[in-house]
Amino acid sequence: MRILVWLPLLVLGLPFASFLLLAVVPPLRRTGRGAGVISILAIAGAFLGALGVWTQGFRTESRWEWIPADGGPMATVGILVDPLSAAMLALITLVSLLVQVYSLDYLHDEPARGLGRYYAYHSLFAFSMLGLVLSPTFLQMFIFWELVGLCSYLLIGYWYDRPAAARAAVKAFWVTKLGDVGFVVGIVMLWGTTGTFDFTTLFAMARENQIPAEGLTLTLFLIYLGAVGKSAQFPLHVWLPDAMEGPTPVSALIHAATMVTAGVFLVTRAQPLFLLAPDVMGIIAAVGAFTALLAASMACVETDIKRVLAYSTVSQLGYMMTAAGLAAAAAGFFHLLTHGVFKALLFLGAGAVIHAVGTNDMFRMGGLGRAMPQTAIVFIVGTLALAGVPPLAGFFSKEAILAGVWQHGATTLFVILALTAFLTAFYMFRAVFLVFFGRAHAAGHPHDAPWLMRGPLWILAILTVAIGLRYAIGGHGDDAHPAPGWLAPFSVVLALSGIALAWAMYQRGAIEPAALSRALRPIDFMARRRYGLDALYGGLYQAFILGFSGLIGWIDRYFVDGILNVLSAWTLRGGDGLRRIQTGRAQDYLYGVAFGVLLVVVWFHWWAQ
Amino acid sequence: MGLHAYLTLSALVFAIGLFGVLTRRNAIGILLGIELMLNAVNINLVAFSRFTGDLGGLVFSLFTISITVAEVALGLAIVIVIFRVRKTVEADRLDLLRG
Repeated sequence: MRILVWLPLLVLGLPFASFLLLAVVPPLRRTGRGAGVISILAIAGAFLGALGVWTQGFRTESRWEWIPADGGPMATVGILVDPLSAAMLALITLVSLLVQVYSLDYLHDEPARGLGRYYAYHSLFAFSMLGLVLSPTFLQMFIFWELVGLCSYLLIGYWYDRPAAARAAVKAFWVTKLGDVGFVVGIVMLWGTTGTFDFTTLFAMARENQIPAEGLTLTLFLIYLGAVGKSAQFPLHVWLPDAMEGPTPVSALIHAATMVTAGVFLVTRAQPLFLLAPDVMGIIAAVGAFTALLAASMACVETDIKRVLAYSTVSQLGYMMTAAGLAAAAAGFFHLLTHGVFKALLFLGAGAVIHAVGTNDMFRMGGLGRAMPQTAIVFIVGTLALAGVPPLAGFFSKEAILAGVWQHGATTLFVILALTAFLTAFYMFRAVFLVFFGRAHAAGHPHDAPWLMRGPLWILAILTVAIGLRYAIGGHGDDAHPAPGWLAPFSVVLALSGIALAWAMYQRGAIEPAALSRALRPIDFMARRRYGLDALYGGLYQAFILGFSGLIGWIDRYFVDGILNVLSAWTLRGGDGLRRIQTGRAQDYLYGVAFGVLLVVVWFHWWAQ
Repeated sequence: MGLHAYLTLSALVFAIGLFGVLTRRNAIGILLGIELMLNAVNINLVAFSRFTGDLGGLVFSLFTISITVAEVALGLAIVIVIFRVRKTVEADRLDLLRG
């Protein structure tokens, strides 16, 4: 039964081996496409392994001592395979594989050494993300958590000579670090009260009520802060839209399907602990729902196609968090998986469009449905899934979340999420109508992408449909939250009315968009300015951080340095004075000696007895 | 004549020698001053030896005389070398040690 251990280890090790190979053998990295093939082969192997792990459905735990100490090791490393991490393994390796294949054509204009670097980062990311979901302890999870943050930074800033990309990379890094500080303090506090980082041990203690309740709420809230940063929850969501400066395949992989879901994964993984702190759960749910609505409203006024998708990701992450916060983590996790598939599809589709027309601005596209029919079809499949139209994957997962929220009796949150669902359908079809229908604005002759890019798109589209059909035919796998009978028609009506509104505004022209934004002037005004959050952070940064730095700088320059400057000036002046004594004439020194002897004699004679 | 007369003479010679060392500008003169100071010491040693009956003083004065010879030989040699290099033995000009 050793296969139980080495198969997950193989999945973890292949991308790492590929990364090491590309990192330490520069000639290999500089081959560009060759480096890409190595990375793709490694992740393909990992994908097959992950499929094996997932379909076998086995559970296994392995640990090795890491920090030995008296009375048992202080920290262990290992792997923990259960249905949760196995499903994540399959999702991560699948999307990584497709994105890496897609990138091979998407970035074919890149210089070879840049492409090699890109694939090295991709391999490192796959390794880190797989390590994160396989972690059996908080400590190991935190290390991989930081590693994926690093990869996100590196890949957002892949075009580091573009100032916007470099700024976005730094912004993403710092904003997520803000949450990570809470995370690390939280796990250390948890270790302080329980003495272990280990999930299994902690969950066993939680079951038997052995975890001291005192301070647990704060501890878990701090751990949740890590998820706030990583999963772009309000108020730390500001980095995700800016992260769109990275290459589109990166956005699809890291900022839609995998890394940003790490926060949801964390809350889902540690659900037994969070259940002990109802206050934190309430915060998670409320913040999640608020984030969902806020991001959806911003997506409605955005003109950049990638930013629409980014806000949509923030919004859907809010959905998942709400479910996790209302003890319906299974529904949230289900949405995480389906969302990972169709959001990667949407991003890759958007990438194909951007690749063809060379702009991100939706108002400068239009009529692309005829020019690139295949892209249009798969993009619409993804959009329908995101909007929650049956029988596609998104419908079932979204309905599961809504059912969970309704079961929990959180009516306010249910209304917010329903409104978000309506907005989601609206802004996604706004994008579809602007990009693929109507009059053509784009210059040149856009055409469908080459098959290396089309292939992953079709695979994801087919998966989106297949997952949906499996649930449509096979019924719900999750009976924990039986949906009320009216819920399915209700969500379909929500989705269809959103689509209808988008059609009326952007296709039929029956409702003038400007008139609607005039009618909703305050919301429109605020949403276009991203609710002033970026400005607020900028202002806070300038007022407090720069002010404080200025003060510290002043103290350093004029006080600390001042003392030293005065000392050195005195030393210099004293030395200059003393220098003049040294005339160089031997006789002057003799005068000194004679006078000194005289002094000694006089001193002995009168003062010393 | 008592010990005091010899000591006074010795002090006078020492003072004259020191004065010469400090004020002469010529290196040869300075060497002469040093000679005077050393001989003042010799007078002291011999006088104490005579008045205390300790022969150690005599022995020491003999040592001093022989060392003085060596010192003069060395000193004059140095003066000659300095003259060859610097074309002068004026003590005021020899101020290479000036800070």
